[in-house]
Parts: sequence; structure tokens; C-alpha cells
Amino acid sequence: MQKNSSILIITAIVAALGLLVYFAGQPVLKNINLGLDLRGGLRVILEAQEKEGQTVTQDTITKAVGILRNRVDSLGVKETALYPQGDKRVVVEIAGEEDPEAAVDILKNTAQLEFWDEQGNVLVTGESLKNAEARVDSNTQEAQVLLEFDKEGGKLFGAATSANVGKPLFIVIDNEVISAPTVDEPINDGNAVIRGNFTAKEAQDLAVLLRSGALPVTFNVMEKRSIGPTLGSDSLDKSIKAGIIGLIAVLIFMLGYYRLPGLVADLSLVIYAAIVLGVMSLLGAVLTLPGIAGFALSIGMAVDANIIIYERIKEELRFGKTLKAAIEAGFKRAFWTIFDANITTLITAMVLMYFGTGPVKGFAVTLSIGILASLAVALTFTRYVLVLFANITNNQKLYGV
Amino acid sequence: MQIIERRKIFYILSLIVIIPGLISLAAQGLNLGIDFTGGSVLQVKIDSAINAAEVRESINKLDIGQADVTKSGDEFFIRTIELDQDKTNELMTNLKSDFNNVEFLSAESVGAKVGSELTRNAIISLLLAAVLMLGYITIRFEWSFGVAAVIAIIHNILIVLGAFSLFQWQIDSAFIAAMLTVIGYSINDTIVIFDRVRENLRMKRKEDNVSLLNRSILQTLNRSINTVLTSTFALLALLLFGGATIKLFIIAMLIGFVSGAYSSIFIASPLWLEIKNRT
Repeated sequence: MQKNSSILIITAIVAALGLLVYFAGQPVLKNINLGLDLRGGLRVILEAQEKEGQTVTQDTITKAVGILRNRVDSLGVKETALYPQGDKRVVVEIAGEEDPEAAVDILKNTAQLEFWDEQGNVLVTGESLKNAEARVDSNTQEAQVLLEFDKEGGKLFGAATSANVGKPLFIVIDNEVISAPTVDEPINDGNAVIRGNFTAKEAQDLAVLLRSGALPVTFNVMEKRSIGPTLGSDSLDKSIKAGIIGLIAVLIFMLGYYRLPGLVADLSLVIYAAIVLGVMSLLGAVLTLPGIAGFALSIGMAVDANIIIYERIKEELRFGKTLKAAIEAGFKRAFWTIFDANITTLITAMVLMYFGTGPVKGFAVTLSIGILASLAVALTFTRYVLVLFANITNNQKLYGV
Repeated sequence: MQIIERRKIFYILSLIVIIPGLISLAAQGLNLGIDFTGGSVLQVKIDSAINAAEVRESINKLDIGQADVTKSGDEFFIRTIELDQDKTNELMTNLKSDFNNVEFLSAESVGAKVGSELTRNAIISLLLAAVLMLGYITIRFEWSFGVAAVIAIIHNILIVLGAFSLFQWQIDSAFIAAMLTVIGYSINDTIVIFDRVRENLRMKRKEDNVSLLNRSILQTLNRSINTVLTSTFALLALLLFGGATIKLFIIAMLIGFVSGAYSSIFIASPLWLEIKNRT
């Protein structure tokens, strides 16, 4: 009776696994975030440059990230990730842009707007802006940026124009003079126009930058990596192919060497792979090229738990124990071995996660998830199915003894 | 199996492998990539009929100093000083006008400051990993096991570093990841053997440490071999089919894993005995 129900359960498990792979495989894989090294894109690390007397704090960076995010949204740059790194850095990742370099060039502008008089005194700054719009002059077809000051700024601008009638007023952005119109009369309505031989696109971008406000600090590019789309998809195809070949080799080896338990190990591996990919998809973890390598590698290492257990079971069988007793003893004795061995590997993965950046971090994440999943699968699923098989047959030859 | 009795042979064998690597490290050092030194690397695809010298000639039209061009099939890696976007674009334009079918694959640019930080982080993380291992093994086992395991780690690191220096394979940030994985993997191997030693010690049979060690190694030998085999299958598949970008990353792990499996049996285990005998 027990034999029949065991056969039934095993058949059900195999069928369920087959259905899982068949139906859930594609959607889960589609849902996993691919790193820039696999889909192509640009990753830039910007570092805040402290000017004399200025200290960059966490707050400065948080503010800058907020402003940058604003700009990304208004400029319509697609598929962009922005996040702070360390105390002074911001990482910008752009995947869905044709010319990501140009997008970053615009983004990282400080956009510090100032109005200077002839002596170079700063009279009004961009902080007093309420709005900035791009427009095309209907008469001259010239692209311009229309500024609207807030109340305070309107007063300041009024005073500045009054004091400089007949003289030029310099419009300066990031210490570069954009234009220097001569003031005809005081302007008290709080509006101003910037003309600077802009193209329509330049005027649009400038308006966005001014609207989002100046960055609190200047940023320099520290590191830049851009992957073309062909290389990305090529790497993806090749590494998936390599991963599958590696997996098949491991499956065949386990089956050939350990026979029946090997088959159980193979089933465990399928579950293991499903768990790792599922967790990655749920966590929104990013799969990078080293990450795929880490995954393929963790398959090689995941069977280690099975190998340790099976070798133990064989030993117990050689001592003359019955199959079920040997399985019980094998698991019990193997547990702490597997635990200690995996914790140490996990420690190195944690160190890597802490110090690594970008793709390397992806590798550490995949490896860590892999270690935990392999432990969980070996100690629950593998054990359960092995006992089920032991209910069906006592033939020790199937256990390679 | 008289592994422990023959330990001197294995020590010498390891030294034969490690010493040339050390000499090479001292003489020519490591081939550090831009992740460490700063600079730019442009990866492009051009007809395989073109050779590296022709590409170099095209690059020399720009005033950017010496460019280092390496060719791998139809892919060219052009390493220069750190270039800004304009210079990179200019370089691409030149290549496109000089050759047919130029395809952009990737461009990387790293500031020198980032490089020096990476070196620092790499050293810190390797040290931290070693200290954490030592701590964990001391808590779970005994300090003598920890010391033996850490010496085996250093042995493995030296073998991988030596190989990379001897063959002047380029080192990047992924190499650090490979090294840490090697540490994790070889400690894993060592622990499985030490775990058996610990278990056998608890049985308190009348047996000297030498035969106890030999027995423990033998009992875990099948596992040691099979695990390194399955990992090697996965690594070999990645090496053969995984594309050029991760080749060196995989090679570092392959060398490290084999050395890790070897050192767990032939270095870490006898070293534990040496330490045990002396304290």
C-alpha cells in the first residue's frame, strides 16, 4: 500500500515539475531584470566635487539624486536607474536610450543660473525661479527660454534691471556666459527671456534643467561603461547556452554515478534552479553576466550537498544498515558538514556583496541565493523523495553500492 | 593511502608551482586592467582580415598617446589613457572611415581614483574574508583547523595570482570576485574533510593522528573528487561556450577550484597535523 502511494506521489512530483518548467519557465525568465552588460546600455558613476569651503554630505547627495530623477522624468529618458553610492557618488544607469552618453551629458549639468552685472556681481540666481519654459518666437523662429521669477526674485530682478539701464546684463549658466543683452528699461513683471542661439531641443533641455533647480554640487564622471546592444545580447545567448550545457553535464554525471539517488539529485536541481530564478525575479535582483556564471557555478556546487549525503548513505549501507535507516543516518550526519561548509561560502559571498559594485555584486547576489536554495532543497525535497523511493524498492544496487 | 606520511612530497610539489609564480610576480607583476589603473578600453568588431597594427595606425591620428590594441577573432580591444566622450566619438569616426563594417561593442572609462579604491577594497575584502573564515572555524572547530585552512587559502591565492602573472592575463574587478569565490570554495572543501576529522576525533578510538587523518581523507575522497568534477563541468562549459568577456573570470576560478580541491587534501590536512604536533 505504502509502495503504491509512494509511486503515486513521485509520479505527481515529476508531473508537477514538468508543468512548472513548461508553464512558469518563460514568464519567470522574462520577468528577471537583466543587467546592462546583458541588454546593452550605459552606466556612469558621478562624483560630487567639493568646492572650497563646501562639504558634501549625505543630504547633498540625496537632494542631488532627487533633482536628477526629476530631470530624467522631464527629459523623458527611458529606463533609467539612479541611486547614491557611498558618501559622494551617484550611479546613473540608462538602458533604453539611443544615445545614452548625450543624455548623461545633459543630466549632469549643474545648471546654476546667475545674472551678473558688468563688474561680475551676482544680482539674481536660479534659486529665485518659479518656472522656466521653452518657446519659439513666432516672428524670428528663434528658440528661447522664458523665465518666471518668484515674488522675491521678481523684486531682485526689477532692482537689477533698474540699476543697469543702458548697460549689459550677463546671463550665466555654470559660469559660462550664455548671452549679454543690454537692458532697455527696468523689468518689474518678474519675467525674463534667455536667447542664446539655441536649437529647439537645447532650449527644451535648458528649461527642464532650470525648472528642476540647480544641483547642489558639481559632478564629475568617475567611471563610465557602455555596452553596445549586440555585445549584450551576444553575451546573454552564449552564457545561457553555456549554462545549459554545464547543467546537462552535471545531470548526466549524477545519474551515471549515483543511479537512483542521482535521479533524485537531478530532480532536486530542477527545483533548485526554479527557486533561484523565482527568487531573483521576486526580489527584482539584477542578473548580470558574472551572475549567470555564478548561477551555472552554483549548480555545480548545489549538487555538493547531495554528493555529501549520498556518500554518507553509501557508508551507512556498507555498515549493514537497512536502506531507510541508512538514509536517516546519512542525512543526520551530513547535516552539520553541509551547514558548516555552506556558511563559510556564504560569508565570502557576503563580503563580496558588501565590497562589490555593479556586475560583481550581481554575481554575489546570485551565488548567495544559490547557496541558501541548495541547502533548503537538499534538506527537504531531496530527503523526502529519497524516502519515497526507499518505500518502493530496497534494491541497494540502485544506490551504487 | 599514505598521504600524510608523504606530505613533504606534496609541500615540495606545491612550492614547485608557487615559486615560479612568485618570481614572476616580483619580476613582472600583474597585468592590471583599467579597473585598477584608470584609462579607457574600447571594444569594436572589425573584419578579421584587419590586423592590430592597422588599427593602431588609425588611432595614432588622434593625439592620445600610446594605444594598446589586442585582437581576438574579429574583436579588437583598444586600451588608451582615459578618454572623454568627444575623443571616444572621434576615435570611432576615424575607425569607421578607415575600415569597413566597424561595429561598436563596448566602451569603458575609469578614473585613476576609482582604480586605487578598487585595489584597496580588494585587499580589504580578501583580508576580511580570511579573518571571518578563521573566526568561524575557530568557533565551530578549533583554532588549529582555522590556521591550517587559512594557510591553504593563501596557497590557493598564490597559485592563481602566480598563474595570472606568469601568463600576463589581465586582471579586472571580476577577478576579485573570482578570488573570493575560490576562497569560499576551497574553504568549503577543507571544512568537509576537517568535519570528518572532528567526528573521528570524537570517537576516541585508539589511533594516532596520522592514521586518523588518512582515514578521514579517504572517507571524504569520493565527495572531494565528485564535487570538483561537477563544478569543473559547469566552469568548462562556461569557458568553452560562454564568450570572450568572461573567459579570464572563469579561468581564475578553474585554477582556483582545482588548487582548492588539491590543497584541502594535500596541504590543509597535513598542516593541521604539523600545527597540532607543535602545540
